[in-house]
Amino acid sequence: MTNWDIVWDSRDLLWQGFLNTLSLFSVAIALAFLLGCLIVYRLEDPKTRWRLPLRSFIDIMRMLPFLVLVYLLYYGLPSAGIRLEAWWAGLIGLTFYHGAYFAEILRGCRVTLSNGQIEAAYAHGFTPSRMFIRLILPQLMIQARPLIGNQLVYALKDTAFLFIITVKDLTWAANSISATYFVPTEAFVAVIGFYWLISLVMEMAIRYAGRFGHKRGFDHV
Amino acid sequence: MSNIASNVSMPSTEASADNKATDHAVGNRSDHVVEVRRLSKSFDEVEVLRDIDLEVSSGDVVTILGSSGSGKSTLLRCINWLEKPDRGTIHISGQRIGIDENSRKPMSQKALAKMRAKTAMVFQSFNLWPHLTVLNNVTEAPIHVQGKKREEAEALALSFLEKVGMAHKRDAYPFTLSGGQKQRVAIARALAMQPEVILFDEPTSALDPELVGEVLGVIKSLSAEGYTMVIVTHEMDFARAVSDQVVFLEKGLLIEKADPETFFTQPKTDRVKRFLEKQH
Ligand SMILES: Nc1ncnc2c1ncn2[C@@H]1O[C@H](COP(=O)(O)OP(=O)(O)OP(=O)(O)O)[C@@H](O)[C@H]1O
Ligand SMILES: [Mg+2]
Repeated sequence: MTNWDIVWDSRDLLWQGFLNTLSLFSVAIALAFLLGCLIVYRLEDPKTRWRLPLRSFIDIMRMLPFLVLVYLLYYGLPSAGIRLEAWWAGLIGLTFYHGAYFAEILRGCRVTLSNGQIEAAYAHGFTPSRMFIRLILPQLMIQARPLIGNQLVYALKDTAFLFIITVKDLTWAANSISATYFVPTEAFVAVIGFYWLISLVMEMAIRYAGRFGHKRGFDHV
Repeated sequence: MSNIASNVSMPSTEASADNKATDHAVGNRSDHVVEVRRLSKSFDEVEVLRDIDLEVSSGDVVTILGSSGSGKSTLLRCINWLEKPDRGTIHISGQRIGIDENSRKPMSQKALAKMRAKTAMVFQSFNLWPHLTVLNNVTEAPIHVQGKKREEAEALALSFLEKVGMAHKRDAYPFTLSGGQKQRVAIARALAMQPEVILFDEPTSALDPELVGEVLGVIKSLSAEGYTMVIVTHEMDFARAVSDQVVFLEKGLLIEKADPETFFTQPKTDRVKRFLEKQH
């Protein structure tokens, strides 16, 4: 029996890990993106009282290593009486951490949009919320697409940290196969394949979005 | 054509029926689409507009002239509340904009948006939405502000694009258009709101000289069709040809208000005389 046969026999474990990574990742980035959008929307109002808290939140998340945040959520919160399951701690960590980054990315693109087209929207009867959803957000997404793509890759990689707080993700699966049968190379190569697959799908989506932007003359990013 | 006309008149008759009801409460304003009373506005302690009175009757074209910095844009932008005046009132078809008549407080965003939708604006720098096609630029507000069905909005949009000679570009994106084309699309976008008044802020100032004519031509044709318009411009011949009334601003004061013949041939003030001499 070769090492690859051992990995093949453990395919259920890998598959479980893959599904866990995929579900955690997709739910987390969807929520993180939503959070990023909400923050940027809140910051649209120049007089909002949310400015300081939101800016501080973004800055704190950006200086914090992801692993430290996850440790705090999983090992720190119980001392405050809040006990989270590993999966949930992971989800919350990913959402807030990458939500702050998404907010920062979108915010950066927001300042490059011309004020004139925003005024045009108001002049044609848009309310601030409808204008944000229909006119600002689509342009932010087109313009920020390469940065969003990068951030997605970071978020995917960050899911691998979660095995340290016992989330049974891909990295956990590889780790446990390699520990049980001592086939570290094959186990981790197999797992790299899975990560690569997810990245590839994202890459294709971003490239598709790129064509979308190109058609509209958004090539100046 | 008759099809378009009936589309146009339907919502606006409803609106004017509404206005009649409110007109009784606020005094008879039914003959003025825009009424500005004692409007003042300062930026950082500097008074940019002082006690401006202006009324625009239905179907009239009013042009605002004046040298650079005299407050023309600010006046226009107060009419749809893109700038908040410090004092004074503005009524659009008898309804006050910006301030709630009952509570005397600033209007809610929603109520303000609704008032603004009675007006439309054409900007010097076009301000089309770059991620939308020409057609979708024109249908965007009718669908997402006025709640029109897509088919209805598209039919309407195409008729207005036809009118400004841009229907053949319906699927193009703004960055592929010339300045004159962009401005004509912006005019179609304004028309598609079926507004009671269209505000133009120097619609040809950002255009190459050879493109100015096509845009002025479109605006002239709109005036012939009876659209109510307020136009800030530096094009004197155009202003003379198209206006029912000309007003002249000088350092935030409205110093002359006249029909175009009188304004251009027998100006009352020396300031306007000098201004007109400089144009030639
Ligand atoms: N947002 C603002 N903040 C501060 N000052 C402003 C602002 N907008 C306009 N001003 C000032 O108000 C005055 C009137 O400006 P406005 O744009 O209304 O003039 P204008 O008649 O339209 O001039 P132009 O022909 O150059 O467009 C100017 O002195 C200008 O500097
Ligand atoms: Mg101006």
